Amino acid sequence: MSRETLIDLIYLVSATTFLVALKGLGSPKRARWGNLTAAAGMLLAIVATFFKYVDGHALYHVPLILLAMFIGLIVAVPVARFVKMTAMPQLVAIFNGVGGGAAALVSITEFVHIKSTRPATYVVLEVLLGVLIGTVSFAGSAIAFAKLQELMTGRPVTYPGQQFLNAVVGLAALVLIVIILVNSSTLLLWILLILAFVLGIAFVLPIGGADVPVLISLLNSFTGLAVAASGFTLGSNLLIVAGTLVGASGILLTRLMSAAMGRSLPNILFSAFGSVVTASGDASRADGRSVRSGSPEDAAILLGYASRVVIIPGYGLAVAQAQHVVRELADELEAKGTEVFFAIHPVAGRMPGHMNVLLAEANVPYEQLVEMDEANSELQTADVALVVGANDTVNPAAKDDPSSPIYGMPIINADLAENVLFLKRSMRPGFAGIENELLYNPKTTLIFGDAKDTLTKILASVKTA
Amino acid sequence: MGNALLQYATVFVLTAFVGVEIIAKVPSILHTPLMSGSNAIHGVILVGSMLILGSANTNVEEVLGFLAVILATLNVVGGFVVTDRMLEMFKAKAPAARPTKSDTSDEVAR
Repeated sequence: MSRETLIDLIYLVSATTFLVALKGLGSPKRARWGNLTAAAGMLLAIVATFFKYVDGHALYHVPLILLAMFIGLIVAVPVARFVKMTAMPQLVAIFNGVGGGAAALVSITEFVHIKSTRPATYVVLEVLLGVLIGTVSFAGSAIAFAKLQELMTGRPVTYPGQQFLNAVVGLAALVLIVIILVNSSTLLLWILLILAFVLGIAFVLPIGGADVPVLISLLNSFTGLAVAASGFTLGSNLLIVAGTLVGASGILLTRLMSAAMGRSLPNILFSAFGSVVTASGDASRADGRSVRSGSPEDAAILLGYASRVVIIPGYGLAVAQAQHVVRELADELEAKGTEVFFAIHPVAGRMPGHMNVLLAEANVPYEQLVEMDEANSELQTADVALVVGANDTVNPAAKDDPSSPIYGMPIINADLAENVLFLKRSMRPGFAGIENELLYNPKTTLIFGDAKDTLTKILASVKTA
Repeated sequence: MGNALLQYATVFVLTAFVGVEIIAKVPSILHTPLMSGSNAIHGVILVGSMLILGSANTNVEEVLGFLAVILATLNVVGGFVVTDRMLEMFKAKAPAARPTKSDTSDEVAR
């Protein structure tokens, strides 16, 4: 067997591990094993690549390759290891962005490399698609990161004629692609790169903070496609398989995520959701309706007498780092004979499954985590719904108010429970920027303050009761 | 060359269907690890980056290739480590430590 055949065989093994890994991620038991399998397959492919021949010679610049890998390694490991779990979405965004950037660079460099051999038109097209998609993903992920990290406003950024300008930039990129296909100009390729950069930024700016996770999923899919395009250019089945797998699954995942929010993908991408909404929120607040607020001790008494408690966590819980305290409270209540569930909205936190990860980190047993549909049937018989740091995901306007921008989004029906305890920092509306009717419901008791502080106080009172 | 293109296109189309089929059955609680895991998998662009830098003839190619390898390594390493950290938390808990539901229902009447 020749050296090249052996390496191709190893690549086949690697591609198979990626498939197995994605399959494994489908069950909580095998997910971790699946991820490690893919990592092993990746390592195998990387090691094999060192022995590959390109253009009829062994790899040049091996020390440079190792140096670059070393730099990447010493940056990535500490960042990935020690960033807080709440910052996970940003982290995924930035690691996705660099992948897109790498794919774009690979495509550009290959273009420079093969240009003198007058490549076929379809090869140039593959390069151009790789550059365009990879760069959009890179720039878009950078803005998504900035939004989630709150380096810039999480609100949609809009300006007059925005859609028109975006369309012009997009169209200009397409025209440029056609021109480059004809004349293979390297200079124009660099202009396309800049244009793609602008397009990535302009595409993400009008998307509101609450929708950014859906966007990251879409950009993840883009990076996959850019990698597949690079695979076409380099003639690598491994890159095509891995990139296409990610591209296809990413698009499906994006659709699942937007379905969980009761909205279509075009609506999320182009409607600048949340920018006009604040106004109506302010208007309805002018009614001066009253809310009922209570102390943590009141909450503890209510919880002490409850036999079924449903805890509805949201991003606020994560921000306050209150997942451990809430677990202690759940344990304490269970020890006293109360039945406790956690009702998890599909988009609780900032990404689907984000809240499960945070609660699992705090050792909340898997069986206590109940998904939305099941939670809604449980809530009818619940004595207390404890809303911690959630807002839009329990807003009844999604059911009752056709004029509300979140109308149609599936919610957790906290208002079905006998009593609602609403832990909230202030009367400020949630991420979507809209007023929550549940706050004014006579069943509701509001407890103001930092979620962690409040829960700690409630826990102390429950213990002494 | 036309044949090679056709072969790559075949792989592309078939893989696209496989990708959709494999993901369709993932429960929503694993969506975040899934996104992160697939994020790590597209880090395979590192292999492409290595080939690019390994065949660089000019300074421009060397600089671009060097950057590509750094970025791709960030993608691979960060992707797998973050995913593993998330999934670490899904490990099965010892159920013995907790009272079962039938036990607790007796005490509710209290």
